[in-house]
Amino acid sequence: MRFAFTENQLAFRDAVHDLLAKECPPSVVRDAWTNETGRSSTAWTELAKMGVLGALVPEAQGGLGLSEIDVVLLAEETGRVALPEPFVEHMLVGAPLLATEAAASGITTVTAGDPLVPYADTADTIVRLGHESFVADRDDSTLEAHRSVDHSRRLFSVETSGSPRALDAAEVSTAYWRGTLGFSAQLVGLGHHLLATTVEYVVARRQFGVPIGSFQAIKHKLADVRIALEFAAPLVYRAAYSLTVSDPAARTHVAMAKAASADAATLAARHALQCHGAMGYSFEYDLHLWIKRVWALAAAWGDATWHRELVARAILDT
Amino acid sequence: MDLTWSADEQAFRAEARAWLETNVPPAGLASGDTREGFARHLEWERALFDARWAVVSWPQAYGGRDASLWEWLIFEEEYSRAGAPQRVTQNGIFLLAPTLFEFGTPGQRDRFLPTMASGEETWCQGWSEPDAGSDLAAISSRAVRDELAGGWRLSGQKTWTTRGAFCTHLFGLYRTDSDAERHRGLTYFLVPLDTPGVTVRGFGRLDGDEGFADVFCDDVFVPDDLVLGEVDQGWKVAMATTGSERGLTLRSPGRFLATTSRLVELARERGAADPLVRQRIAQGQIDAEAYQLQTLATVTKLSAGEHPGAESSLTKVFWSELDVQLHETALGLAGHDAELEDSPWMKGWQFALSGPIYAGTNEIQRNVIAERVLGLPRK
Ligand SMILES: Cc1cc2nc3c(=O)[nH]c(=O)nc-3n(C[C@H](O)[C@H](O)[C@H](O)COP(=O)(O)OP(=O)(O)OC[C@H]3O[C@@H](n4cnc5c(N)ncnc54)[C@H](O)[C@@H]3O)c2cc1C
Repeated sequence: MRFAFTENQLAFRDAVHDLLAKECPPSVVRDAWTNETGRSSTAWTELAKMGVLGALVPEAQGGLGLSEIDVVLLAEETGRVALPEPFVEHMLVGAPLLATEAAASGITTVTAGDPLVPYADTADTIVRLGHESFVADRDDSTLEAHRSVDHSRRLFSVETSGSPRALDAAEVSTAYWRGTLGFSAQLVGLGHHLLATTVEYVVARRQFGVPIGSFQAIKHKLADVRIALEFAAPLVYRAAYSLTVSDPAARTHVAMAKAASADAATLAARHALQCHGAMGYSFEYDLHLWIKRVWALAAAWGDATWHRELVARAILDT
Repeated sequence: MDLTWSADEQAFRAEARAWLETNVPPAGLASGDTREGFARHLEWERALFDARWAVVSWPQAYGGRDASLWEWLIFEEEYSRAGAPQRVTQNGIFLLAPTLFEFGTPGQRDRFLPTMASGEETWCQGWSEPDAGSDLAAISSRAVRDELAGGWRLSGQKTWTTRGAFCTHLFGLYRTDSDAERHRGLTYFLVPLDTPGVTVRGFGRLDGDEGFADVFCDDVFVPDDLVLGEVDQGWKVAMATTGSERGLTLRSPGRFLATTSRLVELARERGAADPLVRQRIAQGQIDAEAYQLQTLATVTKLSAGEHPGAESSLTKVFWSELDVQLHETALGLAGHDAELEDSPWMKGWQFALSGPIYAGTNEIQRNVIAERVLGLPRK
């Protein structure tokens, strides 16, 4: 029994952390709200160079041949900086599904979703998971734009005119649960960032002659956020482990992870906003970029209520 | 990451399970917070001790099995799973003992640990006083030096002392230097309750059982060798005990996993169709597993020689709120039966409600988290 990551896994996480600190400061997230693609440009190419985008692709196809437990912390890091990219869609879902050298190296980008697909306009390949599941080329697809509350997430409904490759049930399942794991990890990262910036803010901001962080009403809110994150993270890590070792309960474990991480991040967003007052409510201030990403990811790929019902089925109906 | 148990650990689990299956009293025991029930519980403790299951993590010399923290967790899981009786010796074996191992003299360990393990001597915790609850450093009970006799004379009132009316000994804090700053000048004493000058008065808790007591000392003589740690250093020693109380040793995850399975069983019997109820049960399962996993991470760190700090406050809020939530959900399933006083869920519910109060209230824990984990300013 050992519930901890290996030195290598932590070193990989640190390398990605450093890369993102450099390539994805808040200005990049803000820029993605209004630029043409909604994406970061250099962060993506640097991640590709490091091999991260093909981490789950087998080595024979040019990837790193890693598994979920090796990359879950990388997804958490991309959440922490609110990386505006189809990171989970490509790295955890699309690239291992296609397992091509082009996808592994990041020469082509794969996105995924259901029913709306983020960044479908700038991706090369689109994976639809859901009622009808298929892989299609962007060039064979007709896209209709939808606006996410998170303006960096460019959403599209996809009609395909070519003859898309249908996915079998096993492919859909692997892709779906890996993606859900990835968003759970991003939600933990987002929550930690919201907590950290709020702590900084309440220490600096003074009212009544003292830092507002000395008020107990503020302290207890942030303590609750810290508790929620403390207990959501191990569920996410366990889910990654269970997918890696093909535990029979792996899907239930991912469902637990998504429910807990969505709730924890949503609480972090709510309390972060409250503790920032009108400053946080201002469009020009960065806080809402993170808050809206939380709202988007908490809702995507099954919200907390939906995943909790899956857990209920597993323990009550079988 | 490796979430599997070794062959030895599995064998340990099997041995514990087999023993518990044959020995746990199937009908349960009367509440250990009554005089009669306490006596029954001590018989059970004796059976545990004789089979060397009373204090698995202790050295063999004191009646333990030298079990690793992992094995200890396994034992706790099996113990709760088997529905075995509450541990009326818990304040001794889970709270005082770790402190004795850390601060006690060899003489104190040899004198007190074996009888504590067997249940021959039972310990209660004397922190709180009428005017010192959350603000523990405000205690006013005093110990005055008796140089001639080589010891101290204790006076003052302790209250809400769990099972104080049934225990043989008390560990507690007394003020030895009244001029010192509040947290200094306190000393940790081990007090036999049959010493002349001690008066104990039991009183009822929320559920009516006599689980609380006032412990009055009036010029009670305690010799020097019953001081735990150094004179005037009691605060530091006591903090080690409260760390155990909030964290791992008092409320291990097996307890809440077992409560959750009983809740799931109840829901299956009653037919769990209501979506809101299903949500709450699923949440209970998620939280119980989250607590288990977080504990595995903590034990991994402890096994690597790291020391947990204020993080135990996160744990304490989490398990106590979880326990309340599980019982609330169960009572919701019981319909009009929820009113019946003797239903196990009503008893458990009343006890669950004390979780956010004892071991440092959850408000105090949130202060600690904010100030010592997050670094927010005290004032
Ligand atoms: C079941 C049970 C068993 C117990 N067993 C023992 C025992 O064996 N030995 C022992 O010594 N004691 C025991 N206690 C007592 C326990 O330690 C105290 O109840 C606890 O420390 C709180 O103190 P208090 O009850 O005086 O509440 P108070 O300190 O008066 O608090 C009342 C309320 O005010 C809040 N409050 C107080 N200060 C603050 C603050 N700074 N910020 C925010 N809110 C605050 C509290 O959170 C609480 O909600 C037990 C209590 C219970 C319920």
